[in-house]
Amino acid sequence: MTDVPHVPVARRLLANRLFLATCVVCTGLAVCVLAVLIVSIMIDGVHRLSPDFIANFASRKPDQAGIRAPLVGSIWVCTICALTALPVGVGTAIYLEEFAKRGRLTEFIRINISNLSGVPSIVYGIIGLTAFSRFFGWRAGAEPIELGSPDSLLYLRLPFGSSVLAGGLTLALVVLPIVIVASQEAIRAVPNSLRQGALALGSTRWQMVSRLTLPASLPMVMTGAILAMSRAIGEAAPILVLGAPLMVLETPANLMSEFTVLPMQIFNWAGRAKASFQEIAAAAIIVQLAVLMSFNALAILVRQRLQTPLQ
Amino acid sequence: MAQSAVAATTSAARGTPIPRSSRDRSERVVKSVLLSFSLLSIVTTFSIVAVLGIEAWGFFTGFPDKPGIGLVPFLTGTEWSPLLGGEQKFGVLPLVCGTLLVTVIAGAFALPIGLVTAIFLSEYAPSRLRVVLKSALEVLAGVPTVVYGFFALAVITPALQRFSDAFGTYNALSAGLAVGIMILPIVCSLSEDALRAVPQSLRDGSSALGGTKFDTSVKVVLPAALSGIMASFLLALTRAIGETMIVALAAGGLAQMTMNPSSQVQTMTGFIVAIFTGDAQANSVEYASSYAVAATLFLMTLALTLAGTAILKRFREEYE
Repeated sequence: MTDVPHVPVARRLLANRLFLATCVVCTGLAVCVLAVLIVSIMIDGVHRLSPDFIANFASRKPDQAGIRAPLVGSIWVCTICALTALPVGVGTAIYLEEFAKRGRLTEFIRINISNLSGVPSIVYGIIGLTAFSRFFGWRAGAEPIELGSPDSLLYLRLPFGSSVLAGGLTLALVVLPIVIVASQEAIRAVPNSLRQGALALGSTRWQMVSRLTLPASLPMVMTGAILAMSRAIGEAAPILVLGAPLMVLETPANLMSEFTVLPMQIFNWAGRAKASFQEIAAAAIIVQLAVLMSFNALAILVRQRLQTPLQ
Repeated sequence: MAQSAVAATTSAARGTPIPRSSRDRSERVVKSVLLSFSLLSIVTTFSIVAVLGIEAWGFFTGFPDKPGIGLVPFLTGTEWSPLLGGEQKFGVLPLVCGTLLVTVIAGAFALPIGLVTAIFLSEYAPSRLRVVLKSALEVLAGVPTVVYGFFALAVITPALQRFSDAFGTYNALSAGLAVGIMILPIVCSLSEDALRAVPQSLRDGSSALGGTKFDTSVKVVLPAALSGIMASFLLALTRAIGETMIVALAAGGLAQMTMNPSSQVQTMTGFIVAIFTGDAQANSVEYASSYAVAATLFLMTLALTLAGTAILKRFREEYE
């Protein structure tokens, strides 16, 4: 036996009580911070909320300014992001969990994804700017190539410039690692006995995935997807690098329209010295938080509704 | 009679038979599509490295029409004044210093509080309270960072100014505290996961030997979960280093070598924002410098992420 210093019981009990007190103080502090955050934003912004605030475009006059363009812009960007990041992310997760053999390539992809999730979002913004907005400098200085007519939704201009499509694709890069990791966990949670059953009955891997593993893991996959989208809708840094204009006075008409998003508008207003701009920034934050709350509620609902016990 | 019944059921179960060759072909197509999706993540990494590397290389060695800055002066220079009308100076250390100051403040605030809260949640809190607190933390985790930036400007800075006149509108402490609040839920929920993964038998053993709850949590459970806790710290610090919107709003725009929390500082991310929101020409030296700064930022976060992965792998305590 090594010598353990003898500590009187009374002192150990005191340490125990002191530590519990520290715990309660720290936890209380964390909760207080959340409370102060929400209350201060409410006090600043709630009197600015009105139907006009939602319906109006941005303005130099804070009393007439609204969040119509950023709100609609956020919806556009988020939709494009979901349509690209979700199939690619879930597909990658399926490949890694169900198809990939253990080997160098698979291991490399895994490490790579964990590193990608640590890359700051502003770096993704720079990559999005270079890759999607400028096509790596292809036709720099020349007129962009136009495909289709500006009246149609799918009108394209190459390179994409600071368009809503470039914004959505850039955000897709940001959330892709999140979608992949969440989907991997969801697929891993499906019991192996189900897979073995399917394979024993002679189904191919893809039949097994499409009819068994994917449906079984769908609630968790969707929960992860919704949380990834709530991350995307709160990102401002990559959009800022892409060069969203300070004042957008129309909602996007097609994929090539210029746009702004709600967090960018908040950033704009919050950075101004005038108190009335601070107030409308707070009001926009309330709208943003309301959107996020509904995303979270949706995630919980999906989890509870679709979750069926396996095994 | 029995034979025909068997034949009938097998043919019904088989349904429309799909020829094996076409089934295999569609299997191959699906597999290659999924593989190409997973290769996209590698393409992303390569584009990050290539874009930042090429642009930063041009910045260091010089473009055809302008001289380069050089790697050594960039990494060791203590003056950063890319936008001023006079002589442009590109020493990255003031930006690194600003980033570290904000990160240190954020870490000093969030790591201890987050860890103690995690211990409380995992070891002490009754399950009802735990659920409530966990969901409060989840709310904090989902708040966009620009909201914390607003909070820093509208609440933290005025509060600091009440304590001391030294604090201006923009200061490192306010930004650092806001970043700390932002990373608090990350530290808390990941550390809590690590603590809860420690098997119950260890706690029971400690209690049976007469350990108090404090002895059990701090001397038994905490060391057992150390690798996971370290990983959560590193992840949180990575997020703090890369955080952009808070520092862009609250830290200020003056790059200086200082460890004084009441002075304004510019971080690496803050500078990138300044370049892309300002009116720098797309082919100017200061514009190219933002790529070099982004490359530095990328390498720093990459190192932290790799360190986190290594710690998790090397120092994991395996039980059961």
